[in-house]
Parts: sequence; C-alpha cells; structure tokens
Amino acid sequence: MIVLKDIRKAYRTGANLLQVLKGIDLEITDGELVSIMGSSGSGKSTLLNIIGILDNYDSGEYLLDGMLIKGQTETESALLRSKYIGYVFQSFNLIGFKNALENVALPLYYQGVPRRKRNELALAMLERVGLKEWAHHLPNEMSGGQKQRVAIARALVADPKVVLADEPTGALDTRTSEEVMALLTEVNRDLGKTVLIVTHERDVAAATQRVIYLRDGVIENAHLDPKSLSTAMDGVRVTNKPAGDVRS
Amino acid sequence: MFDREQWAEIFESIGKNKMRAVLTGFAVFWGIFMLIILLGAGAGLRNGFSYNFRNTATNSIRLRGNETSKPWQGLPPNRVISLEEADIEALRHAIPGIQHISGQYRVWRGNSRLRYGKNTGSYNIRGIQPEHRHLQHQRIIAGRFINEVDEVQDRKVIVIAEDCRQELFKGEDPLHKWVSVNGIPFEVVGLYEFEAGGMERGSRSPVFIPLSAAQKVFNAKGLVDDITFSFADASIAGAKQAEQRAIHTLARRHNFDPTDERALWVNNNVENVGMLGSIFNGINAFLWFVGIGSLIAGIVGVSNIMLIVVKERTKELGIRKALGATPAKVVGQILMEAIFLTGMAGWAGLVLGVFLMEGIASVVPGSEFFRDPTIQIDVALWALAALIVAGALAGYIPARRAAAIRPIEALRYE
Repeated sequence: MIVLKDIRKAYRTGANLLQVLKGIDLEITDGELVSIMGSSGSGKSTLLNIIGILDNYDSGEYLLDGMLIKGQTETESALLRSKYIGYVFQSFNLIGFKNALENVALPLYYQGVPRRKRNELALAMLERVGLKEWAHHLPNEMSGGQKQRVAIARALVADPKVVLADEPTGALDTRTSEEVMALLTEVNRDLGKTVLIVTHERDVAAATQRVIYLRDGVIENAHLDPKSLSTAMDGVRVTNKPAGDVRS
Repeated sequence: MFDREQWAEIFESIGKNKMRAVLTGFAVFWGIFMLIILLGAGAGLRNGFSYNFRNTATNSIRLRGNETSKPWQGLPPNRVISLEEADIEALRHAIPGIQHISGQYRVWRGNSRLRYGKNTGSYNIRGIQPEHRHLQHQRIIAGRFINEVDEVQDRKVIVIAEDCRQELFKGEDPLHKWVSVNGIPFEVVGLYEFEAGGMERGSRSPVFIPLSAAQKVFNAKGLVDDITFSFADASIAGAKQAEQRAIHTLARRHNFDPTDERALWVNNNVENVGMLGSIFNGINAFLWFVGIGSLIAGIVGVSNIMLIVVKERTKELGIRKALGATPAKVVGQILMEAIFLTGMAGWAGLVLGVFLMEGIASVVPGSEFFRDPTIQIDVALWALAALIVAGALAGYIPARRAAAIRPIEALRYE
C-alpha cells in the first residue's frame, strides 16, 4: 500500500537548511496497523505529512497504492487525499461552526456526494463510533474523546484506503485514550483499513501490530515488536514529551 | 454557484460577523448609491437643457438685423440693418442644402390686443411663413397651422394657443370665430399646444398670423424682424459654412462688412447644441469618474475584510484542504462570498438610488435647468455590471491568498 524509497526532506529556516528526513525506506502493506515513534524532531510528523500528501519531499520516491506521488498539482493532490486518505489530528481540527454530522459529511461534500446521501453516510458513521445522539451538537459541546471520535468518523466516512493519525491521543486523558485506540484498532480489524499512528506514548504504540522507530531523520528500527515496548523498555520513557505538545 | 452547502457557508461566515458585514456592505452601498444619484443629477441637467430645444429644429440658424460697428466702402459705422422680405428669397437661393426658411415679423414690437366679444387680452402677435412649423414645432390640437394658401392670398387668419382660447372664448369652440387683432378681424383656424418653458417661460403664448397679412394689415413696409432657416448638413462645419454664406449674402444686399460681427445677430443652433452636448458629455464623464471612485473605495473595503476573513479562517481552510477540498473550491467560496456581499449591498444602493431619483422626478417640477433626473435602464445595467466586477475584484486577492495556503502550514497556524 505505502512504499517509501530513500525519502529526503529538508526545511529551510533563514540561512540554515535543516535536514529532517535523511533517507527513509519503508514499506507498509495493506491492512497493517502501524505506529511511528521517535523523539521530538525525529521527523515522524513530517513523514506522516508526506505520506498524507500534505507535504512534499525533496528526493526519493513515494508510491501510494502503486502510484508515484510526486509533482502533482494542488488540485490533483486534493483529489488523491480525498480518495485515499483519512486524517485524525491531535487537536481534532473539527470546524467549530458545524455540528458533528456536518463535520463528518464534509469529505463527502468535496467528493460531490449529494446532500441527502452524505448525511445518511455521515450518520451511519457517527452511529458506528457511538455518537449518533450527538449528531446535531457543535464540537464545543463535546468532550475531547467525543470530538476525537467525530474526527475518526470524519476520517472514515469517505472510505479511504489509509487512515493517518497524528498523535490522536495527545490531547486526551488515559481513559479516553484507550477508547480512541480501541476504536482505531477496530477500524483496522473490522474495516480492513491501513492505519498509521504517530505517537510518543508507549501504551498507544503497544496497541499496534508494528512499531517504526525514528531517530534523527532515519529509521532506527522498522519492525520493532510492540510487545517489547511494554516489557523490555518498561519504566524507560521512549521519548520525552516535547514541550510544544504540552497543553495547558 | 447554486450549491446549497456553499451558500450555507457564506451565510454562516457573514452571520458570524454581522456588524463587520454591514459596515463593509455600507461602503459598497454608498458607492453605488452615489453613482446613481450623480448620474441621475447628470441626466436631470441634460434633460433640462434638451427640453429647451424640444421644439426647435437643431439644424437651424436664426438671423436678426443689428447695428454695424465697422465702416464699409465709405459708409459710416452704427448703421441699423433691417432685414426685408426680399432677403428671405435671396437666402433661399444662396444657401446650398437649405431645407426650410421663414421670416418673422412681430406686430408692433410688443403685445397687442386681441378681442372677442367682451373679452380682451394682450398677446405677442407674430407674422410668420408656413414653413415656420418645420423650424419651431407647434403641436396643433385643433384646426390647422398657417398654410401656403394663407400666405399667398394674404388671408386674415390666426392660430392661437390654449391660454388665449380660455381667456377669449371661455368654453366656446374658437375655430372659425373671428377675433379682432388691434381692431382688425382675423379668423381663428387653429389651436396649438403652448408649453411654457425656455426663453418664453412665464410669458403668454404667441399667436400666429401669415407674414403676408401682417405686412399688409399692419403696414410693415416689407420688413421682417428675423429669418430662420434649416439646412441638410447638420455638422458643426456645415453649420459654420451655412452661417458664413448667409452673412455674406446679407452683407452684399445691405452693404456692410461681412466680418462685422455686430451687423447681424446670429444664433446658430448646431453650435449651441454641439457645445451643450460636449459640456454634458464632460459632466457625465466627471460624474462617472466620481461615482466609480466612491465605488472603488467600497471595493477596497470589501477586499480588505475578505483578506481578514481568509486570515481568520486559515486553519479552517487548511483542514478543508486536508479533507480533499480543491483550490478551486476554496477560491470559489471566498469569491462567492465577496460577490454576494458587494452584490447585496450594491443592489440595495441601486434600488434606493433609483427610488430616490424617481421620487425627486415626481415631486420636483421640471425647469429649463433640471428635469426628470431618472437614469436610463442601460445605465442601471452598467452600474450593476460594475457591481459584479467590483465584487469579483474585491474577492480576487483574498481568494488567491486562500488558494495559496498550503494545508500543512494552515494546520500549524493557530
């Protein structure tokens, strides 16, 4: 499903060139549930953004479902995102003035699905995440866990091949984190979606099938066993919580 | 364009910032409102002045004898030049492309008395030739105007106007009744509609009799007060040529210097109309300029607000792009919002402006300076087109800004 060959990416900050990804080779097959870990600045979010066609890369090759993702126009990228990818963000990124149903229906709107049909699909998806009764509530009337479930429903509604989650539990407490992870696991198991989760929480990573560990822009371990996280590295924090992610 | 979701979002966006939308919209409203008011005022001025020419052939020249100011071939200056009946025929042959010509003799140089039974009144009595009707249009309500037979046979007939009929005849039908003009009986053959206005404003209507009869009955000795003629070439150059030809012909016949500008009083209507036309075109251009200027101020306001809207919604637009919104969708959204805002506000300004001008037109009586200040439908359509363009212009820069947002940057934006 996802094949990365020697992906390199640098950010220019003023006169400095900051090499973020220094040659990533990676393969993720269809139906996998994978987590990406790594310390702050290791490039894991950048990697996810490249996979999500939100960002471009400098060199290398990225094949999504056998298709080379390189040099597409904004419009083509938008259509690819719409077709292949569903996003879940740390800060949910729901649109504040739209209720849960409208938020979930939005990707379908951009696919040109008729209104009645997309409301049906969106409601069905809300039911699946257990929020049917909350369909007409605005995001600010919901708890963090509920918001993230709406966001997951939104990511799934257009039936994408790949679900990308960037720190999906970063803004949630332990209990709701577990709920969200259970939901993502279910998405992978029952719907057969390829799910990629960027996280720095060992509990989250432990719930996936495979852990990819990034350090300083290169993959240190592409096949870390999740079980080893909870045993071998018990008591050792894999990463420090980055200052930027701390929410007051 | 007729996308319910898009409209819902436009209303959502405007509804969230009602005050901002109203203040922004007001600038556009005011711009269009002022444009309509200015153009209406321009139309009023033009209509007012055109009204003065409504009954006059615009391709005509009127000549009147005056006093010479230059010596000529041994003759001293300050001689009085009096036009004669014979001059009319001379001019008819001298001027190429001449269409109509008529002399006019004003009986006793002032108001004369008309009497019917016991009723009397003072009227301006003018001896004219039948062709006068082509030069100074009179709308006949009943009967007829002075014709060629009247002229040839020196018939004592008279054409009067409505005010004269009321004063002398009260309720009676005036046709074929005899009125006494300074004691001499004339038969009323026609009634014309007199419109007070222009130079004759406030005065009473003139009454018309044949020039030949005026000459005979009132002992005019072959003199005429003025001669008016019209000609085919209505260009400024053609009019100038006809004028020169007429002056030279009369100069030869009356022995004065053709370059003597005071020997004849000349009123060239082509020049008058042409000059007024260019003045009004100038005024009109100026009014458009000012109106469009105030509209532009409104456009800049809307554009500015839309830029703020785009900036405020950067993150939201980024989310939309991440969810599969194409740049075209995002641009369309911003553009439609700008066009909607300007369109609605401008439409309100247009309607209010038109209503105001219609109101003024129906309340304020027309004068020779200002009349019927309503704008033409085509002007309103132009203003509307200007509005749409304004809306698109107002949305263009913000929309481009929105399209240029990269989703990854937008998502980071707080």
